[in-house]
Amino acid sequence: MLAAEPIIDIAGVRKSFGRTTALDGLSMQVAEGKVSALLGANGAGKTTLVRILATLLRPDAGRVTVAGIDVVRRPVAVRHVIGLAGQHAAVDQTLTGRENLIMVARLYRLPAAQARQRSAEVLERLSLTEAADRPVRTYSGGMRRRLDVGASLVGQPRVLLLDEPSAGLDPAARLELWSFLRGLVAQGATLLLTTQQLEEADHLADAVTIIDHGALVTEGTPEQLKAGLGYETIEVALADPARLPQAARVLEPLAERSPQTDGPAARISFRARRAAGALPAAVRLLDGAGIAVEDVTARRPSLDDVFISVLGRASAGTADARPA
Amino acid sequence: MSTLAVTARPDRLPAAALLADTVVIARRNLTHTRRTPQTAVAAVTSPVLFLILMRLVFAGAIHVPGMTYTDYLVPAMLIQNVVFGGLQSATGLALDVNAGLIDRFRSLPTPVLAPLTGRSLSDLALQLLAAALAITAGVAVGFRFHAGALSCLLAAGLLILVSLSMFWLFAALGISTRNPETIQSTTPVFFLFLFVSNAFIPVATLPRWLQGFAANQPVSVFNNALRALTQGPGAAPALGHDTTYLVAAAVAWCAGIAVVFAMITLRLYKRI
Repeated sequence: MLAAEPIIDIAGVRKSFGRTTALDGLSMQVAEGKVSALLGANGAGKTTLVRILATLLRPDAGRVTVAGIDVVRRPVAVRHVIGLAGQHAAVDQTLTGRENLIMVARLYRLPAAQARQRSAEVLERLSLTEAADRPVRTYSGGMRRRLDVGASLVGQPRVLLLDEPSAGLDPAARLELWSFLRGLVAQGATLLLTTQQLEEADHLADAVTIIDHGALVTEGTPEQLKAGLGYETIEVALADPARLPQAARVLEPLAERSPQTDGPAARISFRARRAAGALPAAVRLLDGAGIAVEDVTARRPSLDDVFISVLGRASAGTADARPA
Repeated sequence: MSTLAVTARPDRLPAAALLADTVVIARRNLTHTRRTPQTAVAAVTSPVLFLILMRLVFAGAIHVPGMTYTDYLVPAMLIQNVVFGGLQSATGLALDVNAGLIDRFRSLPTPVLAPLTGRSLSDLALQLLAAALAITAGVAVGFRFHAGALSCLLAAGLLILVSLSMFWLFAALGISTRNPETIQSTTPVFFLFLFVSNAFIPVATLPRWLQGFAANQPVSVFNNALRALTQGPGAAPALGHDTTYLVAAAVAWCAGIAVVFAMITLRLYKRI
């Protein structure tokens, strides 16, 4: 296969609002036909970036192209190839699902007959055909979000920009949305989604980009990022809480940092420096010290751990780079 | 989805796209209004109630030289209706901004102005409905057109021009506040313009220091232009100027308001 052109190419983008810097020279690329997740804490610059990609905001500096089209020079052409949804683009609650889709299709500049036909097709894909002629107000949260996220499909955009698509959904509706999004990707859609939920990124994304203070911190597949941490968390439950301090001393050589103890639960947990062999080593050490073990588990790092680890390092790095 | 052709269809005429999408948005707004009619019904019927109330209360007390009080009052109710309808416009836009609908519209390849012109058109439609009701009620309580058909058509045209121009002021209000309650709190300003005017009483009866403002502020100028166009040359003595002068003054106010507030609105709109 040829090395594909990225569908989204962001180079050195800056954006400030007054004295607040939202994006600080961010560069990243998004591959076509994949799900890319943009992770970051509140205020990291995720929404600003989505709004720039959606041509709602102009960057102060840098270059952004979508499908090779410059968002600043040819915003209208960009609007033909994107679909925006989520936190910042909504549907009209008093209109029916079908009326909403037809309106969006018309605003994608489709003739009336084609708009009606395309809307019927998209309603089918959204599994909303039965509810199509009811006002959106009567929809469940999950149905409404599906319509919201899927509305721009009537314009057959090449990229869907989803700003926190599952914000405010209950767990069942969130799972339903995820399966819908996976279905879209299976049909070849390109998604760029922002999220604060690491579980969501882990579930959906082929590529994860973590940004902080408007700059890139790290990127890769979820597996690469987790493997990059090179540790696992070992948790041991003892039969006798009185022996916790002794157990902590015994396990110290294996641990990256001092083991954490939880007295009432008689539990002790620590990050093992090397992933392989830490669990049997812990059992051997405790056995050798004559401490009775009830249960031992090893947990691989989650994307949460990645997030905490890289953001911790990132802020330390910033401090090093700019001494006061 | 990925392999489908880009639907970039350069419109032959950008104006045609703007017109088509203005109608799409206006229809959406009117559907919205039809399904949540409470506020719209109040807005559309309020000129009728106001008219009947004012006529009952003031007709005996206020003497307008050369005109019946009803003939004097009805054109002013039509302008008042533009202001009340405009506040609805502002509220509708504020709600759309808050709901994220404006973001959706701005991310679509529709002409940038369409969401605004669509709102302007749907509100014009509601205002014309309210005007028709007010005129019908007015005729029932004694209002008559004393000018020719052409002049009355010009009156309708001027009313539409006033509505389209004032829209930009209310659009700026809606987009800058983004909050129906804040818009509600600005109504005293509009009441000032509606009441410190020639709407209900001839300006000569006001305290002297208020007369300059009351006679020349836009609401009064619009009122008098509509009175001149609906009542014919006979009304000129009561209005103090001939029809041409009053209409020219009204059109000048429209142009000024439209240009200034359209510029402000567009600046705000691009930064939502």
